[in-house]
Amino acid sequence: MIPDLGKYTATVLSAYGASIALLILLVWASLRASKKARQALEKVERKDG
Amino acid sequence: MASIWEYANPVKFMRLTDRVLPVVALGAAVCMVAGLIWGFFLTPDDFRQGSTVKIIYLHVPAALIAINAWFVMLVASLVWFIRRHHVSALVAKAAAPVGAVMTLIALITGAIWGEPMWGTWWVWDPRLTSFLILFLFYLGYIALWEAIESPDTAADLTAVLCLVGSVFAVLSRYAVNFWNQGLHQGASVLRAGAVTGSDTEEKVSNVFAVPLFVCIAGFVLLFLALVLLRTRTEIRKRRTAALIARERLV
Repeated sequence: MIPDLGKYTATVLSAYGASIALLILLVWASLRASKKARQALEKVERKDG
Repeated sequence: MASIWEYANPVKFMRLTDRVLPVVALGAAVCMVAGLIWGFFLTPDDFRQGSTVKIIYLHVPAALIAINAWFVMLVASLVWFIRRHHVSALVAKAAAPVGAVMTLIALITGAIWGEPMWGTWWVWDPRLTSFLILFLFYLGYIALWEAIESPDTAADLTAVLCLVGSVFAVLSRYAVNFWNQGLHQGASVLRAGAVTGSDTEEKVSNVFAVPLFVCIAGFVLLFLALVLLRTRTEIRKRRTAALIARERLV
């Protein structure tokens, strides 16, 4: 399904691969940090009453 | 009408972003997926650059966010300096990792694109060099936040660093115009004549320009969504630290 990229196949695919990997990593790290912070706050608030 | 400063209140900020964040995140996902699929699968090759032109859908939006993220940090830092709103300092802190990743994407895609077009991965060209320095400023800014324990002192010192780094953010944008040399071309997309001009040599065809604008909208919305999400995380961390500190006092 990949369009014919000719002699630049590796160039174009590596640019997309690296960029999409970095974007996914950034979103994943942000969501993970958000979840951890929310859980930590809930724990302290529960303890606090 | 409510003043914008009301949202400097963390409770109001959390309440507002509770409603806004899902909409912005959905918009980002839709625009990015649509723009990248459109650009990658449905646009033709350029007559000079071949299929490498498809890298434009990542390189240009990432570079645009890389520079403008620093300006968001600058405005937030100035608000912190002038009005001492903690949420603004946290917005600046939240924007930095997003800006750093966007700068890295712009540098990587630029190098990958440059190799077949210029015959080199890297050259000490004004724009490339100023972008590398901007990336180092991002890393320094993030490291400074992590290195200082007192949140207010960290906000003060990082705001000063942000002011200094703004020079390089401006240079990254206008380096080509200032020095008028190097391999990197000048602005060719976000310039009125580039899309609407009658000179076909200068004009960026709508075939490339329209999906590019969709990608840019996607990157802008992704940046906004991530900054809101990360600011909420920082507010929660502050609240947790405050509750723990209060518990110790009692």
